[in-house]
Amino acid sequence: MKLETLTQSIGEWLRGTGPESDIVMSSRVRLARNVAHYPFVSRATDQDRGEIERFLRERIAQVPIGRGLEYIDVGHLEEIDRQFLVERQLISREHADAQGARSVAIDLLEQVSLMINEEDHLRIQCMHSGLDLVGAWEQIRIVDDQIEKVVPYAFHPRWGYLTACPTNVGTGIRVSVMLHLPALVITRQIDKVFRSLHKISLAVRGLYGEGSQAMGDFYQISNQTTLGKTEEELVEQVGDVVPVLIEYERRAREFLVRETQQNVHDQVSRAYGILRTAQTISAEETMQLLSRVRMGVLLGLIGDVKIADINVLLVRTQSAHLQKLRGLELDLKDRNIERARYLRQHFESGEPGSHPSAN
Amino acid sequence: MKCQQCDNPAVFHITELESGAVREVHLCEDHARVYLNQSENGSGQGPQEDAEEQLEKSGLKGPLGVSQTAAELAILDQKACDMCGITFFDFRNQGRLGCPHDYVQFEKELEPLIGNIHGATLHTGRRPTRTKADTLSAEVAKTLLPEGTEELAGIIGLRRGMKEAILREDYEKAKENRDLIRDIEERWFILPSKD
Ligand SMILES: [Zn+2]
Ligand SMILES: [Zn+2]
Repeated sequence: MKLETLTQSIGEWLRGTGPESDIVMSSRVRLARNVAHYPFVSRATDQDRGEIERFLRERIAQVPIGRGLEYIDVGHLEEIDRQFLVERQLISREHADAQGARSVAIDLLEQVSLMINEEDHLRIQCMHSGLDLVGAWEQIRIVDDQIEKVVPYAFHPRWGYLTACPTNVGTGIRVSVMLHLPALVITRQIDKVFRSLHKISLAVRGLYGEGSQAMGDFYQISNQTTLGKTEEELVEQVGDVVPVLIEYERRAREFLVRETQQNVHDQVSRAYGILRTAQTISAEETMQLLSRVRMGVLLGLIGDVKIADINVLLVRTQSAHLQKLRGLELDLKDRNIERARYLRQHFESGEPGSHPSAN
Repeated sequence: MKCQQCDNPAVFHITELESGAVREVHLCEDHARVYLNQSENGSGQGPQEDAEEQLEKSGLKGPLGVSQTAAELAILDQKACDMCGITFFDFRNQGRLGCPHDYVQFEKELEPLIGNIHGATLHTGRRPTRTKADTLSAEVAKTLLPEGTEELAGIIGLRRGMKEAILREDYEKAKENRDLIRDIEERWFILPSKD
């Protein structure tokens, strides 16, 4: 698969469609699996890793889901290309930075991805736009069923699916939603929300780019435990809190408009102004400002920008995407200049992806 | 980025908003779990001391329990997996197990740890259903039962034994192991393809 073809689309997680997509960016389910006759990845030799990779590839090619997949040999990719896949959320940062034979298989819609030799031999991921955990679970269940018919998964009657880290054992499932919660951040209610989530064993993490700074009020909520509950119960556990969080965020947005109309309008307009005029800008700042503009559009404070465009920019202004679109490798300083240029050009022409090399 | 409390890579990035100030916490999976548990309990203690305490309690780091003497712990640490060779000490240090057989070999030691992490010690979710007749062949279906994990993991030990035999030039033993591996691979239809 040529990564260049991927730059033309924006991937599933930021497609910006699906139920509740003004707040829920994407829904994701991941399953951790291992084959029974090899050591776990951290204890596998280079030769083992090569054999595991080949075994899984050959086996998965025998089932229907396998025929629609494109493989990318992550082990032999340049760093910028690995970063590109991380930005699209098709592989994890850990998978990008690991050593030895490893790959990722992706379906054409970029909904299903199979990471081979991440922390576990196989990590199956299914991602849907908006709030659709049940849909993502239904799809991944089918993928897992098919693979299970040809791959002897490591399984223990008591412990369930065996994983390299005991924190994933049992179902091996991680159910998560990516939420955009700017109003809860601005109104400083987000800590309260996090605490209540921790109490019901859900984990929260910010969305991170290259640096360590949280970016753009995007938060991922996921289950913490994987053993002792069924997959459906765990899907439900995460799914149940989402409508509550949506309701909180909506109320906070209404509050902002009602009580601090001028203030929030000012903030949003300033963010928009910087994006349209900056001469150099970091990925983190861009994400933060786009987040505010996104909220502004949803609150009707900015008229001439579409949510879909913001979503496109959220992906394309990330470092690897920016360089891929430009067709050049750039250092940090030049990336910041290129990013600002890309944003200015985008907002001038008023359409996304108007970059000459993006055609 | 490294975990703020150990040398493992930080995979959890938690943003806390406390009295209006944003505080970022970067932790490995194990420490994140402890951290989240601690904030759940609303303990006034700093995460630092609390994490250590929790990890010790959980058995991931430090002594497994008060009744454990240093000598007992030293013996436990030397316990190694018959298949992949990982010691319990290695596991405690890295937080990653070596192979599927570890869950059998260290079952007793892992039980309190897993119970602590998940609040449960019994899987109630899906199980492989490879007995269905619609798999590759009825014969494959019959042999790919989940109970096969132990026999299949046996290959890991045999492979290790074979390598060691070759190193000490015991080719008799190496050949014996190779044949045993072949047998299992044949029985389970996982013979590597030739290329
Ligand atoms: Zn740590
Ligand atoms: Zn082992």
